Amino acid sequence: MAEEMRVLLEYADKINPESADEYVKVGGYVGLEKARKMEINDLIQEVKSSGLRGRGGAGFNAGMKWSFVPKNAEIKYVVCNLDEGEPGTYKDRIICEKNAQALLEGMAICGRAIGSSQGYIYCRGEYPFIVKLLKNAIQSAQELGTLGDFNIEVRMGAGAYVCGEETALIESIEGHRGEPRFKPPFPGVAGLWGVPTVVNNVETFACLPYILTNGAAWFAGIGAAKYPGTKIVTLTGDAVNTTFFEVPTDYILRDVIYKLGGGVKGGKKLKAVQVGGTSGSFIPEQNLDTPIDFDSMGAIGAALGSGAVLVLDETRDIVDIVTRISKFFEHESCGKCNPCREGTFRCREIMEKINSGKGSQKDIDNILLLTRVMQKAALCGLGQAAPFPIQSTIKHFAHEYARKIV
Amino acid sequence: MANYKDIIVGCKNQKGGIIEAFHALQNEFNYIPHEALVEAARVFGISEAQAYGVATFYSYLSVEKRGKYIIRMCESAPCHVAGADELLKALESQLGIKVGETTSDGKFTLELTECVGQCQATPVITVNSEPVFNVTTKILPQVLAAYK
Repeated sequence: MAEEMRVLLEYADKINPESADEYVKVGGYVGLEKARKMEINDLIQEVKSSGLRGRGGAGFNAGMKWSFVPKNAEIKYVVCNLDEGEPGTYKDRIICEKNAQALLEGMAICGRAIGSSQGYIYCRGEYPFIVKLLKNAIQSAQELGTLGDFNIEVRMGAGAYVCGEETALIESIEGHRGEPRFKPPFPGVAGLWGVPTVVNNVETFACLPYILTNGAAWFAGIGAAKYPGTKIVTLTGDAVNTTFFEVPTDYILRDVIYKLGGGVKGGKKLKAVQVGGTSGSFIPEQNLDTPIDFDSMGAIGAALGSGAVLVLDETRDIVDIVTRISKFFEHESCGKCNPCREGTFRCREIMEKINSGKGSQKDIDNILLLTRVMQKAALCGLGQAAPFPIQSTIKHFAHEYARKIV
Repeated sequence: MANYKDIIVGCKNQKGGIIEAFHALQNEFNYIPHEALVEAARVFGISEAQAYGVATFYSYLSVEKRGKYIIRMCESAPCHVAGADELLKALESQLGIKVGETTSDGKFTLELTECVGQCQATPVITVNSEPVFNVTTKILPQVLAAYK
């Protein structure tokens, strides 16, 4: 198995992503038509039984998430998380650039399932050209009448990684500082402007048209049984082909790097690969024969996350890269909770000390203790995930640390 | 140059749209002038302090005057391993400014950024949000020369 499997990206570069007409010609909006004819409960059941799990990183069953939305609420919202700020990730941009109408259709399907007529796409501030593309795509769909009475508004973020966290994202749409809320209540019960809100990732929404068109059983039969479907991965770093690929979820990490990615640049050996973006764990060579699905990655102490794959060759300095990553988290911590605000600051401080050759074993012990506290006590995923690169490299690349400490 | 009051009024109908108003202001002025921030707070019914809190939370928004071209250099891990450190040194020396500063002719402002989602072609810089790919120290002079 060395081939891609293109579902979301089947018509990439063959159709104009802004044009609803062109999308309809290749089978678009059939899924939404089907959804409209189904009973609401059957529709949610169909998505549940497809096994579709959130593609943003948390891996929660999408249909299950929708089923928590109270049926009797008058106003509800569908929110698309297009804030992909996880370094090394650009799959949501690719989905929009290649197949934006599928995202709109998916949101409308969700709207039908939860009884919402208003959607918001929260697009990161780094992608003003995607905001433009999406606005044109929405206009095209409205002109063709495919979205029916479902409205979609695009809002642009302004450069804050934490806004990828769903409650921070909601705060930002409301025009506030993007600081996460305490949960519960979860957005499904009290989200945007206090009403029930479903927040899903771009890729999750974009899967829905295909699930409805081809059936839940078809989707459930693709890839890994417990995390079915395809996943778009983005290669970065020292891979030969630093580009995107869509693969079934039981695809092996080694094949992503060596078959699709063309291996390591310059014929060098691989030292490590970081999957899931900058908050992901570093994976050593011996674990490469692991399927990329959510649970298989979890079983080796890693995470699929956003599907970013950062390849590092044998010459790379792991401690230096993790030091850089620790600066990222210090910069992006919103400052609302103490464990993350102070924790990411101290992690960066200790990593810099070790990286500059002034650290000791005591510093490594301290940073491990600190990261355990952050995982347990931080309010949101940012502070809880910031420790993974540090912990995983101290575990798998201890010799690199040993070389730098006094 | 458009009036800041007109720009803000244009965003008034978007519920909670103060960030949209800030973006629109920056499109015109490259930063959020103080009087515009005060007006936006009034139009959206929040205090000046709250509006300032929002404007200073997000890295893309600035309450300080900036140059005609805002260069943002990504220093996230994929760009870091592709040589972002050397590129930053080259940027600083060729522009004659440090990060956060604006050239004396008001042409360039240099800022650092985290990932801009273009990691297929590292190192990446953006100039007024337009990404420029594979920016090595070697091609930097011609990249900068393109901005008049």
